[in-house]
Amino acid sequence: MKKKENLRPSRRRMSIRMREAVSGYLFLAPWIAGFLAFTLYPFAYSLFLSFNQVSQDPMNKAKPVFVGLQWYKEALTVDTTFTVALMDTMRFVLLSTPLIVVVALMLALLLNRQFRGRTFFRAVFFFPVIIISGPVVNKLLESDAAAVVNPENYLIYDVLRTLPDVISAPLMYIFDNITLILWFSGVQIILFLASLLKIGQPLREAAAIDGASGWQMLWKIYLPFLRPMVLLNTVYTVVLLSTFSDNAVNQKILSDRQLAGKAFSYSAAMSWIYLLLILLTLLVVFLLFRERRAKEGNA
Amino acid sequence: MKIRSIERAGRKAGRALVLPSSIQHPDKLRRAGRRLAGQILLYFLLIGISVVFLYPILYMVVNSFKTVGDLVNPGIEWIPTTLYIGNYRRALVALDYWHSLAYTVIFTSAATLFQTISCALAGYALARHRFPMKKLWMVLIVIAFLIPSHVTLIPRYLQFFKYGLVNTPWAVLLPAALGQGVNSTIFILVFHQFFSSYPRSFDEAAQLDGANRFRVFFRVALPICSPAIIVSLLFSFVWFWNETYTAGQLMGEAQSLLPIKLSSFMELYNNAYASASSGVSQINESQNMAATLLVIAPLLLIYLVLQKRFIEGIESSGLTGE
Repeated sequence: MKKKENLRPSRRRMSIRMREAVSGYLFLAPWIAGFLAFTLYPFAYSLFLSFNQVSQDPMNKAKPVFVGLQWYKEALTVDTTFTVALMDTMRFVLLSTPLIVVVALMLALLLNRQFRGRTFFRAVFFFPVIIISGPVVNKLLESDAAAVVNPENYLIYDVLRTLPDVISAPLMYIFDNITLILWFSGVQIILFLASLLKIGQPLREAAAIDGASGWQMLWKIYLPFLRPMVLLNTVYTVVLLSTFSDNAVNQKILSDRQLAGKAFSYSAAMSWIYLLLILLTLLVVFLLFRERRAKEGNA
Repeated sequence: MKIRSIERAGRKAGRALVLPSSIQHPDKLRRAGRRLAGQILLYFLLIGISVVFLYPILYMVVNSFKTVGDLVNPGIEWIPTTLYIGNYRRALVALDYWHSLAYTVIFTSAATLFQTISCALAGYALARHRFPMKKLWMVLIVIAFLIPSHVTLIPRYLQFFKYGLVNTPWAVLLPAALGQGVNSTIFILVFHQFFSSYPRSFDEAAQLDGANRFRVFFRVALPICSPAIIVSLLFSFVWFWNETYTAGQLMGEAQSLLPIKLSSFMELYNNAYASASSGVSQINESQNMAATLLVIAPLLLIYLVLQKRFIEGIESSGLTGE
């Protein structure tokens, strides 16, 4: 008798847990199926393609021929248009990302004040997120619509030119791309702003009573508090920029996918070279901004 | 060193104590003045930055109304002599606008709906269930976000080609329905955040009343988390609308999606006009700008009406850590 009573609840708990697990997997099943079919399989298959030669006709059942690193070598040493496109795109990503994150942070700090019209300016800063797309940006760049200030007309341009390249190149870059930098920063601004709001009045008042200036508060309170957001926003920006459809590399991958003799596989190899560079960038970002202390909460 | 700093502190404190009322008034004035100057500087900055933000749109609007004469006249920059709508008329024809618009809206809405459903299901699975290997799946969901579309594009193309789905909307709709659409990971995380945020006892109460888990999901969880649904619908719509890289390849130009038509607008324009008037009507910037505005007009309209929802959506996404 006693034994039975002990057994029953435990068995029921087991079955409830089982049922929960089954139901959990049922809810997750569509995603799992999609992940296997449309993300993991293509991901692995593109790696496979990049080491092989396949027929240009997708319906051809001929066996792929293993060619080793041939496409990689060709892309990196023979095909100059690829290396140029790759350098261009990586420069675009590596120069723009820090700028976008810093600009987003500054704009969020500006908006994190009490003033009339705050929601209006917030809406203005966010609006490019709604319309930014490859063809639209392309049309803007084609027609000079993105060049707000034409720095060549200004004295500052000549001053910048006299500076050493290391200093002048990034500055010139900002001038040339200011609109694009701003247009890519909408989501990041709002994310920074939302987490700034969480710092809360008490902490700010306490700091003010202790005599902290705005500058000190920025460095001692805001920035440490925003560290996880900087990581999130930087990762988001790198992914956003590197997958942007009008990238030189992305366009190159597309345009070369039907090349005779190296159909699909050559593009796959290029996409993997590009992917590895992006993952390397993300790794560096992660090492730079990860939490050094023991984890306090989850982001 | 130490003594001097203490002395200085003492002097400061003393001054504050000795001179209260006489100093207070000018001090207040000065502070008010400084605040006013700060406000003016703030507005100056904000308006300046807003101009940079909006410049391309203003430029597009102005140029889209210019006649050829206005366009080449260097004296006319911001105010065209006439409000010329011929550019729009031509862009409407070249894009086959109304037909394409209807198709794009229907297609984007379908993708949006599919993505929202699949992401809500996945988010609910993670938020309200304990099951083995849950950590693994969560990690894979985040990794899925980091795998760029250019890596998976070619295999997906070959895959869909074999099934005869290339150049049909299903090449985009099918991945969306299975949680592999544009930025699906973000929506799964948003749903996860929302579904975790209300008390578990709501679900349990419904279950005690005899509802199974799917009923609980549809009748309890989804209605409570309607803000998450709105976020997912709005952003999915915008992002699917603007996604041209995979859609352009997998669906091709056979499907009349507006943004993809925009990228080949020059050819479309030439097809529509060059033959008719024997090459006289060369495409110019005004027509390009008019076409661009026509393509983004629906998005601008949505944003004008629902601008608050978009921003609140990001704020409440839970991506900022709760």
